[in-house]
Amino acid sequence: MDFLLQMLQDPNVQWVLIGTSLLGIASGVLGSFALLRKQSLLGDAMAHAALPGICIAFLIYGAKSMSWFMIGAALSGLIGTYCIQAIIKHSRIKEDTAIGLVLSVFFGLGITLLTYIQQLGKGNQAGLDSFIFGQAASIVGSDVNIITTVSIILIATTILLFKELKLITFDAQFAQGIGLPVKWLNGLLMTLIVCAVVIGLQAVGVVLMAAMLITPAISARYWTERLDYMVIISGVIGGVSGVIGTLLSTLTRGMPTGPLIILAATMMFLFSLLFGVKRGVLFQAYKLLMVRKQVVLENILTSLYNETEKSLASSNCIGVVNIKESENSLFTPFIYKRLMKEKLISIDENYQIYLTEKGLFIAHEIVLKERLLDMYLMNESQFPELNWRESGYNVLNEPKELIQQLTHLLKEFGREPIALSLYQLKNSKERNYQMISKREAGHS
Amino acid sequence: MTYEAWIIVTGSLVGITCGITGCFLILRKMAMLADAISHTVLLGIVAAYLVSSSMEGIYMFAGAIIVGLLTAFFVQLLHSSGVQSDAAIGVVFTSLFALGVVLISLYAGRIHLDVDHALMGEIAFVPWNTWEIGGVDLGPIAVWMLGIVLFINLTLIVIFYKELKITSFDPEMATAIGIPVMFIHYVLMGMLSITTVASFDSVGAILVVAMLIAPGASAYLLTDRLSIMLLLSALLGVLAAGLGYYAASILNVSISGSMATMAGILFVLCFFFSPKHGIFIKWLVRKKFVQSSSN
Repeated sequence: MDFLLQMLQDPNVQWVLIGTSLLGIASGVLGSFALLRKQSLLGDAMAHAALPGICIAFLIYGAKSMSWFMIGAALSGLIGTYCIQAIIKHSRIKEDTAIGLVLSVFFGLGITLLTYIQQLGKGNQAGLDSFIFGQAASIVGSDVNIITTVSIILIATTILLFKELKLITFDAQFAQGIGLPVKWLNGLLMTLIVCAVVIGLQAVGVVLMAAMLITPAISARYWTERLDYMVIISGVIGGVSGVIGTLLSTLTRGMPTGPLIILAATMMFLFSLLFGVKRGVLFQAYKLLMVRKQVVLENILTSLYNETEKSLASSNCIGVVNIKESENSLFTPFIYKRLMKEKLISIDENYQIYLTEKGLFIAHEIVLKERLLDMYLMNESQFPELNWRESGYNVLNEPKELIQQLTHLLKEFGREPIALSLYQLKNSKERNYQMISKREAGHS
Repeated sequence: MTYEAWIIVTGSLVGITCGITGCFLILRKMAMLADAISHTVLLGIVAAYLVSSSMEGIYMFAGAIIVGLLTAFFVQLLHSSGVQSDAAIGVVFTSLFALGVVLISLYAGRIHLDVDHALMGEIAFVPWNTWEIGGVDLGPIAVWMLGIVLFINLTLIVIFYKELKITSFDPEMATAIGIPVMFIHYVLMGMLSITTVASFDSVGAILVVAMLIAPGASAYLLTDRLSIMLLLSALLGVLAAGLGYYAASILNVSISGSMATMAGILFVLCFFFSPKHGIFIKWLVRKKFVQSSSN
């Protein structure tokens, strides 16, 4: 711990940390757009395609220079992207093959050039190797300045053009319709992504840079459904993984930084996968459990209601279900307990279940909904304007006339739920009877 | 055989094995899965070494097949839980590859494998690493490995030719007539894994992707028949390997890098001058059409 604190006070380490966290933020932010536009793997191709650009920049300039490397990397990254689009457009080769082809061939060219530079024996080519897997320790002050400036420009551009970028991501045709320069904006976004890839190359390396675009963005997707939050969360995850990866790589000698940053991001991805509040595995399982419980509960109430309806019509007494014959699932005992607690049912000593008055009201509503729905499904052709199959079946919220029409159909088929009215009738009869007998008792 | 001949034999075997396997991947739009598996196989090799502490071929194959199938399985799992497939591939392979690289760096002292080797392979050392039984030199181990894998792949392709063909071109029909589509998918993934691990020693993790995709993609532009595509793809693989080796030895650069570049150049030639689907022929046809319609 002391060592860590001591290390954090080292200005060099501080510089590097600022650089990696900023580039993490920038790539996380732009990665969100790449992900939603289904261009995640294009980032992979751009990163690999940058390698020959770096080598050619070195061959032309003759020495290690961050800014020339970046220009070379950006140019060859863009050329790679252009090649992919040209191959897709002018031949019958599909997108994934085109991406894989450009990625591997450009990388092969890069490796060839790298070995060519090595055998030229200029001695200072050692820095080039670090572009493959990334070496944060090789970042010096002037590099950090470039990384910081570019990251800030990238983040600021994204914030300023957020609305436009959002539109071309989700509905390009609409954007075209309201007069946005869609082609220009697409090109700009592509350039921004290439820049994010390029500034990451020195720290993360060409092989794994794509993960900096993909992993934070996809982790953020588990927490939110909104683009603005997604961009922020993804930026934070990218930044944090940058910091953790860099610290780990500085702590252990000879460890490439890129894989460590990616592993840090992967840990956060796994955490999001499990615990994300929007799409996380645990949350989804909880939701499914709740739905299943609700279904069992409604089934119990429905079957009780049906029994009650039958016995009230024939013998004027409340229907019962034997607990041992009732629907059995894992939750059934808990649901009986809950229903008892809410005083919707009562259970007597023979394990017979009754609906209470309150229970009858609630069950009535459920059964009414169900039967209205049955009517709708039986006569779907009469209601062409409805789309209940797709829209979550909230029958009772529909307009009054419609409900009346369906209720009419129910009556026609004799499927109207009558247990509640029978029960009320029975009660009022009993009350009348009691009143009469009271009155008679008073008279006598 | 001479040193040079062994290298060319190795390269050609890589070209043939990768070329024919790659055809199916291209037809099934799974080229990026090839990229993913070729990366993650590294983790399989490292893990196999850490478990068995030997570099014997059989352990490496086992590790590679397990991790390769796991990659395909994880991608499938994430995809079915709602992640779009390209992002699922991206997340899975980068994390497993990163893990592999970190493990190599951690145990760098113990493993006879370094990061450069993993990336570019060391085809130049292949002829020296020979297999000897009772003092008889039987040739380089890599050649044997590639030969066995090629034999396995060819056998599988012959056995499942009809199934592979139908599932590649029309998966719905395949399901309808009762072909086990998922089984064929994993058979192909297994073929891909062993192909990658056999080629890994000679051309490395990323350049094997070039040998998998480029010959197949070029052949796809030259013909409309699967059987001819397989033949052409193998031929182009051999050509890329041979030309790549000569270019590399003239310029004194990485042999595997130059093979990948050569495969790319062959693709560009096919892209422009293919008699069936090339840009040039399309341009000629269009020009003729314009002429005849203006007359």
